[in-house]
Amino acid sequence: MTSNPDRIPRPDAPPPLLFEQSHPGACAVSLPAADVPTVKPASVIPADLLAAVPPPLPEIGELDLVRHFTRLAHRLFSVDANFYPLGSCTMKYNPKINERAAAMPGFTNLHPLQADEDVQGMLGLLHTLQTALAEIAGLADVTLQPAAGAHGEMTGLMLINAWHRSRGETRTKVLAPDTAHGTNPASCTVCGRHAIPIKSLPNGRVDLDDLRKRVDEQTAAMMITNPNTAGLFDSHIADIAEIVHGAGALLYLDGANMNAILGVARPGDFGVDVMHYNVHKTFSTPHGCGGPGAGPVAVRAGLERFLPTPHIVRRDDGTYALDHDRPDSIGKVRSFYGQTGVLIRAYAYIAALGPEGLRDVSEKAVLAANYVAARLKGHFAFPFEGPYAHEFLIVPQLTQHGVTELDVAKRLIDFGIHPPTMSWPVAHCLMIEPTETESLATLDAFANTLIHIANEAATQPDRLHSAPQHAPVTRLDEVGAARKPELRWRAAEPQDKSAGQQEPPPRIHKA
Amino acid sequence: MQYTQLTDNDVRQMLDRIGIESIDALFQNVPKRARLDRPLCLPAAMTEPELIAHLGALAGANHGCDELTCFLGGGAYDHFIPTVVDALAGQSEFVTAYTPYQAEASQGALQAFFEYQTLICQLTGMDVSNASLYDGATATAEAALMARGANGRRRLIVSGGVHPDTRRVLETYLRELPMELEIIETPTGLTDPGVLRKACSDETTAVVVQSPNFFGCVESLERLAAVTHDAGAPLIASVDPIACGLLKLPGACGVDIAVGEGQPLGIPLGWGGPYLGFMAVREAFMRKLPGRLVGATRDTNGRRSFCLTLQTREQHIRRERATSNVCTNQGLLALRATIYLSAVGRTGIANVASLCLSKAHYAAERIAALDRFELAFAAPFFKEFVVRTRKDVGKVLQHARQHGILAGVALGRWHEALRDCFLVAVTEKRTRAQIDALVAALKEA
Ligand SMILES: Cc1ncc(COP(=O)(O)O)c(C=O)c1O
Repeated sequence: MTSNPDRIPRPDAPPPLLFEQSHPGACAVSLPAADVPTVKPASVIPADLLAAVPPPLPEIGELDLVRHFTRLAHRLFSVDANFYPLGSCTMKYNPKINERAAAMPGFTNLHPLQADEDVQGMLGLLHTLQTALAEIAGLADVTLQPAAGAHGEMTGLMLINAWHRSRGETRTKVLAPDTAHGTNPASCTVCGRHAIPIKSLPNGRVDLDDLRKRVDEQTAAMMITNPNTAGLFDSHIADIAEIVHGAGALLYLDGANMNAILGVARPGDFGVDVMHYNVHKTFSTPHGCGGPGAGPVAVRAGLERFLPTPHIVRRDDGTYALDHDRPDSIGKVRSFYGQTGVLIRAYAYIAALGPEGLRDVSEKAVLAANYVAARLKGHFAFPFEGPYAHEFLIVPQLTQHGVTELDVAKRLIDFGIHPPTMSWPVAHCLMIEPTETESLATLDAFANTLIHIANEAATQPDRLHSAPQHAPVTRLDEVGAARKPELRWRAAEPQDKSAGQQEPPPRIHKA
Repeated sequence: MQYTQLTDNDVRQMLDRIGIESIDALFQNVPKRARLDRPLCLPAAMTEPELIAHLGALAGANHGCDELTCFLGGGAYDHFIPTVVDALAGQSEFVTAYTPYQAEASQGALQAFFEYQTLICQLTGMDVSNASLYDGATATAEAALMARGANGRRRLIVSGGVHPDTRRVLETYLRELPMELEIIETPTGLTDPGVLRKACSDETTAVVVQSPNFFGCVESLERLAAVTHDAGAPLIASVDPIACGLLKLPGACGVDIAVGEGQPLGIPLGWGGPYLGFMAVREAFMRKLPGRLVGATRDTNGRRSFCLTLQTREQHIRRERATSNVCTNQGLLALRATIYLSAVGRTGIANVASLCLSKAHYAAERIAALDRFELAFAAPFFKEFVVRTRKDVGKVLQHARQHGILAGVALGRWHEALRDCFLVAVTEKRTRAQIDALVAALKEA
């Protein structure tokens, strides 16, 4: 029995950590006793490989466990509870039927090394998804394997490297606009290539002169995002493609913003050779507090043979198989086949919407963005002129009141709205992406709230500086967190003398 | 179906406010030549009941481990998943939130990931854990890249006991870099410290091992760490999180970077994904870690709170000099592992490990007693072992399949020398009756 009153959850009190709730002897799982003779570990494994005691995990009963995680869930903004106009992230509604589909036992209980004959439904679903994504991209073939957008970028760049190698070339540079998402240059590094930033014009588009200056016979590819991260479709896309192809390089599309052009324009038709999708953005798969996502990669004809192993193929007899025999492939990029549970949700989404529904998604996403922008005209500065694609930037010019984009973002939390993406790709901006799934009433409420906050900035700037006041916590000391990192809980004093186990051997290497 | 809520009337109002006639005007920046002038060539939209029936038919066309008895392992295991894991990780706030960049609006996720990082440290005996990576294989590759970033050396040594698919992923990642990969053969099923010592040099980036390894054999991480450290290199060990309930923890063995596949921690088989890559390191590697990190701090009222931290390692700040390109990770799977580990707790994890050990040894003994079957390796094992047979492996597995049993993974695809072998995994879920049925099926085959 504990007499600690903190054990009774008060609505506003931060929940204690799991470790602070540990109650020796408690357990939330019951398993049948062994129905075979119990093997003493030391009888089959040398004693020096065995631990003296189990790892010091916390011990918690089932109800306390349920309360703990339920309380955590309630201290969290989510699409299901809050408007979430987080630019570049496409926080659209995640349909419930997708969850139902992914949870079907016929999908969840499949072992990844089962024979193809036992998983025909799964292979068929994924093959159909591959085909659909190729059609939406206007490209020849698709691999579903990459685990997220950045993993897709890496895979795509490896495919491009393989293509150059097959022509006897090794090219070292990859160009990307200075507005590119940070994963673009980081993926170049993972692939052993130098990322070269290309300037953007004051109108937000790629500076073609700078591109011409930098592209050369060492350029493997140009990575573009189109519509770009400022929410603008680059109308010079044909020129970009021509310049890049003219240098013998390939054009890569970061498809994070595909929600703006589904069924309207296809990357393959505007010169793209390789692209990735973020199905956790465009195709409604939920973000799960940071993942899982999936980053399928589509390629132009001529690059299919480089796609990762295994590849899902349809046999002449109509059955599906995993093809491991791909001599020109870049190889394996992950364990097993892919983020299957995520891909099932994307499949369900595309199947539910069909061709007209997908185009309608993009039309309404673009309409919603332009509508909110129109509502905000006169209250905020707009670094770029519309029409916008599915997202747009505003800059709160409230510095005369000492108010920054951060203050506006934090004040939105007080109104139950998740802040937009901040300070990227332009300094001091907010990147707003309402998505197609919000009602007009929600869009209006959001615009009204932002306008209200802009007025507050002039009359009661303290409200913004001290925001949020209606969240579980006020602003955090993030600088302190980074200066003296505390990345795990530690017992005040060793809970259990043996918990630390044997002293580690002396460390000889220098990390 | 459609998920938009905007009615025709709404659309008209919105267009009026923007001051245009039709939505088409909003696409004026898309050049005519780039536009698609036909509908996408995709199957027609389905209504909800149609879609449920369609998906049910696809799911029904599979034969999974609820219908068959699963002795398959090789990196994915049929462990028991407590009901609370689905119930709690399925709460829609967790499911539909983004990465917790806005700390004040995301304390629930941040605290859960802080707890995850702590649990992974407790489970591995390491100092610092990140907040997840894609899967076990890519976590191993990230570990190799991190070691290279730390010491600039160019030669990665990989034990032949590392999962062959993980080795292939390493090959893919390293091909693009000025790095070489050397494999140490493991004819006894174990990495030979003497052979490793000969391979190590002052050019060794790191040594990568797995324990229990691909063949199920338990390596002596302590001895391999000592040899590796003599060459001034870090030891990367891929470990089975369930085995940590029984075996000496990587941190206590001198491992520098512990990675692994977190699927056994409450994550469904799901035909290979989404799974969970975990990575935990010694303090010295903290600032080199790939992926996200959650730290504890205080709010302006002095209350304990949590935020993403050390973000200067990450792409949005460091761009091409980031420690890795991983951005979206496996948040919801890390949450599942958090719930699983706190549900089983200290005694539960030991119990699961002990059940696996007993059942696997019961199965191995019975199979080895069969005519024309034997264990391929004499090395100690945990829940998985290699069986060699003088019968045809393909036929044996097929015969068992006809009796509703997935008897094991044929190894010929990966190892020419093990063409007459298959890998059998036995988790705590398998009953004596199921194991006896497996043995009977192998005998008959
Ligand atoms: C424009 C853009 N590119 C790439 C990425 C990276 O994708 P992921 O986080 O799935 O790796 C993102 C999102 O995070 C993005 O917004």
